[in-house]
Amino acid sequence: MTAEILRFALGYAQIALILALGLACWRMLRGPRAQDRVLALDTMYMNAMLLFLVIGMGNGNVFFFEGALVIAVLGFVTTVCAAKFLMRGEVVE
Amino acid sequence: MSRAIPHPVLSLALVLMWLVLTSFSLGNLVLGTVIALIAGWSVEHLHPPKPKFRRWLAIPRLFLIVALDILRSNLAVARVLVLGPNHPAYHSGFVELTLQLREPNAIAMLAIILTATPGTAWIEFERESGRLLLHVLDLRSEDDWQALIRDRYEALLMEIFE
Amino acid sequence: MRHLELLPPWAALIVALFVVIGATLTVLGGIGLLRLKSFYQRLHAPTLGYSYGTLLIILASMLMFTLLEGRLVLHELMVGIFIMATTPITLLMLGRAALRRDRDTKLGHDETVPPRPDAQESPPEMPRDLTGYGEGVVDTGLLSHGDPEPERRRGD
Repeated sequence: MTAEILRFALGYAQIALILALGLACWRMLRGPRAQDRVLALDTMYMNAMLLFLVIGMGNGNVFFFEGALVIAVLGFVTTVCAAKFLMRGEVVE
Repeated sequence: MSRAIPHPVLSLALVLMWLVLTSFSLGNLVLGTVIALIAGWSVEHLHPPKPKFRRWLAIPRLFLIVALDILRSNLAVARVLVLGPNHPAYHSGFVELTLQLREPNAIAMLAIILTATPGTAWIEFERESGRLLLHVLDLRSEDDWQALIRDRYEALLMEIFE
Repeated sequence: MRHLELLPPWAALIVALFVVIGATLTVLGGIGLLRLKSFYQRLHAPTLGYSYGTLLIILASMLMFTLLEGRLVLHELMVGIFIMATTPITLLMLGRAALRRDRDTKLGHDETVPPRPDAQESPPEMPRDLTGYGEGVVDTGLLSHGDPEPERRRGD
């Protein structure tokens, strides 16, 4: 019984996170300005990371966690570089 | 600290992180220690302002206050998002205030706290005048942001750092 | 998915509750990203997922794998610490970049932001009147159509 509830909860979480990913993607495509797109991209990275964690819980597989960690690191570097570019017009000074 | 281990806390945290990410074995312990020492030396070359903690006891209290505030603010922002952007019950805008804090680590800590709280976003800070520009999603939730931040966070941070 | 049956009932309920609340907070952040009107308002929306959304899902994952493997699994704590350390940096840099771009007159003002205060004039004790800034005049939200894209209008 409780396993059914947990399975339902994990399924709901996956659908909700995919929905959040889609909403952020819509904002990224729509803009209207560059900073909106970067913010939406950052949100997409976070949603993908959480989705990986939830999928890993659903499969009972620890290795999805590594993917989540890599996505988190890549998202941070991407957003910082993009924000720096927006601020100064160059990435490396 | 000493010459060989310039940042003992950082190096220890890195060793622990290495052991958590891999499985524990003697080889991993040695490799993690070497990496942590190299990281400590490279941080030493960056010359960051070293934090001096005056009162360790206030840190858990600050942590608890921040965790509760973030939870409350999560609920408030979720309510705003459900109500929609045109609802008349809230009003967003910029707030300008003056900080008394001067210690760089304390200011960085305050920036982390205010940014991690969903209702407030740290936009700009000028170190000379101590002027801080915040963006607040729900301006009507508090009357006096200056007093709120001074009493709730600045006093504790001053107690810890200065 | 045989492993889900191996969890004790109380743990399964706690994990389910945490995952549902965390995912709901995250999707609320996504909805906010879509519905809010100005960039500075939208800056608040992902923080929901970054703070308690991530925390709850990480706690659930830690609890689940700790019970399943019969040893303390602390992997997920790394993600939590990493997110806690990096989120303020990204949001802070984005906020500053947006402010700088909005103050730059060459780019065209899409949103009105408070001007840079003069260091000599106006003593810092005097609070400035900041009402009316950052209301998001141009972008009226995604649900209302018919508004021309400001970037296309500028022609870049």
